[in-house]
Amino acid sequence: MDSEKDVILKISNLKKRYRLGVIGGGTLMADIQSWWARIRKKEDPNAKIGAKTYGKNETFMALDGIDLTVYKGERLGIIGHNGAGKSTLLKLLSRVTGPTEGEIGLNGRISSMLEVGTGFNPELTGRENIYLNGAILGMTKAEVDKKIDQIIEFSECSKFIDTPVKRYSSGMYVKLAFAVAAHLDSEILVMDEVLAVGDMKFQQKCLNKMSEVSKEEGRTILYVSHNMSTIRQLCSRCVVMDHGKIVFDGEVEKAIEKYLDIVSNEAPYLNLENEPRLSLNEGIKVHLLETAYVDRDNIRFSKKEKQVVRLKWKNEADVSNLCLRIEVLKRDRTPVATAMLYDFYAGKNGDCGTVCVEIDVSTLIPGQYTTIYTMFQKDSKGSTVNLDNVNGLSFEIVQEDDDIVWDERNWGSIRLPDLKIK
Amino acid sequence: MKEKKNKYSVCIKPKNRLLELNLKEVWQYKDLIWLFVQRDFKTKYKQTILGPLWFIIQPLFSTIVYTLIFGTIAGLSTDGTPSFLFYLAGNVPWLFFSTALQNTSNTFVTNANVFGKVYFPRLVSPISTVITCIINFLIQFGLFLVVWLCFFFSGANVSLSWAAALLPLLIVQMALLGFGVGIIISALTTKYRDLQVLVTFGVSLWMYLTPVVYTASSLGNGLFYNAVMCNPMSPIIEIMRYGWLGSGSIPWLFWGISWAVTLVVLFLGIIIFNKVEKNFMDTV
Repeated sequence: MDSEKDVILKISNLKKRYRLGVIGGGTLMADIQSWWARIRKKEDPNAKIGAKTYGKNETFMALDGIDLTVYKGERLGIIGHNGAGKSTLLKLLSRVTGPTEGEIGLNGRISSMLEVGTGFNPELTGRENIYLNGAILGMTKAEVDKKIDQIIEFSECSKFIDTPVKRYSSGMYVKLAFAVAAHLDSEILVMDEVLAVGDMKFQQKCLNKMSEVSKEEGRTILYVSHNMSTIRQLCSRCVVMDHGKIVFDGEVEKAIEKYLDIVSNEAPYLNLENEPRLSLNEGIKVHLLETAYVDRDNIRFSKKEKQVVRLKWKNEADVSNLCLRIEVLKRDRTPVATAMLYDFYAGKNGDCGTVCVEIDVSTLIPGQYTTIYTMFQKDSKGSTVNLDNVNGLSFEIVQEDDDIVWDERNWGSIRLPDLKIK
Repeated sequence: MKEKKNKYSVCIKPKNRLLELNLKEVWQYKDLIWLFVQRDFKTKYKQTILGPLWFIIQPLFSTIVYTLIFGTIAGLSTDGTPSFLFYLAGNVPWLFFSTALQNTSNTFVTNANVFGKVYFPRLVSPISTVITCIINFLIQFGLFLVVWLCFFFSGANVSLSWAAALLPLLIVQMALLGFGVGIIISALTTKYRDLQVLVTFGVSLWMYLTPVVYTASSLGNGLFYNAVMCNPMSPIIEIMRYGWLGSGSIPWLFWGISWAVTLVVLFLGIIIFNKVEKNFMDTV
């Protein structure tokens, strides 16, 4: 990390412990009973019959030693499976609850949006709620006064701003709430998947606004989400959490790969016979047995190279007009492009077939890809009937030294052939 | 690298110190306190026909009931003052104290939703509750003044004494006492919900241990009188009546005890509240 940047947030050895089981009896009387029983070494009268008794030491570490340093202006994504400790971390950061051990040092104000519209009162009007919500999130009245017009404009609710929010649609409610949070002055903004609620257009607007405040005003954003595309769009750095620990910290794409647990297959050869099939309605009619890149010992291609794929299969029924489709996907299984071969084969049940096909990948941008092979037939209406459908070989398109770095977020995943002057 | 060695402006650690009050931070959130007060007023009587009239209906009707039951039917002595005014003078401050106590005692439970999502100094909530109650009291005191003037000009047996000027001090004391007891209970209710039930019940019992519907002088001079006067609310009501109606006297000794109790309760309340506020989300 660049040491000249300012540290804005430093977490050291942060731990949060929760006790398992029911905390206390819930009533003072029951607690006293339990305590009295423990003193006399009798059985707890309030323990549920057959319930597992949790001892004092049986605890659950929601966070188990987190160390993290965040620099000013970073947009840090936090991803992880449910129960990894993401929300607990955000709760500690926003001081909703305290840590068991460890320390968090902050430089500046922190505002958290663990939920949209915290403290909104349904009876109050939109305008009144802006002031209230702003104050709850740490703004003074004067600060809200300065920004109220911007907030109302951003929320797209100006027409309804003097109507009680209980009459709002849920979308408007969210927009108003987000508008307030987006205009906070705090140096650190903590968000927990709040964008998931608005419509696509508004989500996009929010993401842009967040990027803007971070880039132009140097604000730091911590963002938790399960939506990888928003993480990609917003974040400049990403950590992956698992079981209360940080298991990866670094580049966004690498973190997403780590999170999605994609095991890359580096072999230029695959036995497909017993691989699980993906989407087949009527069972395997053309059983793909194996596949390989012809005359290669790795899966790294330059964009100028042509890939030659050999496929072997066995007919499980009489087939005619067989077609082949190769779908190219990103590592997180977003489809990128597809190539077809029509009516190339006909054969009897029990026969084996082989085909070698050339795929032109020159329009794909550098990166890692995986494929799906589908054998299919067209029916008379133009729709397809799958005869076999299986995950195929992976490959990587290597970045060439003299090539410009592709800005995938804005330019997309396909590089069309270069323009020609006519 | 220079920045790294700097102290952080905020440091989150596992435990609060016993008396880490951070009143400065509460002061920074003064706008929030005020907005909470506004919210409470704006939303309280929305969509009601009588609207703000409800502020005075409550003390008016309960006082009428007291006058009928304790004054007319039971015939309790009011030291010669008009009975309606006598009960109103006790009832208005008592209502103030009891609502302040009850509303602050619900702080954690009613705000669990907001507290669970965002940080602000937790004391903001009970403070705004008490301020709301003070404003409520001032409105109701306005009612008392109107009634008082009616009686005064119709020549009833009422006399204003210098002790009426002690009113602001009494308001502050009742606010602090209600606040202190309230936050102690609120801190305990995060774990023990029994107290929520106990509060409503306890407050109505407490009223009968306070000279609201009777005069302190009717208790004689024995043990019972001393016991009732040790209740920190009793001298407050007595001084209120002495100041505005001219009945009874100022029990200086008991008022001193009452202040001592108020301050101890307030101090204890803040300590307990402080201890609970950080991790209450895990137990509530």
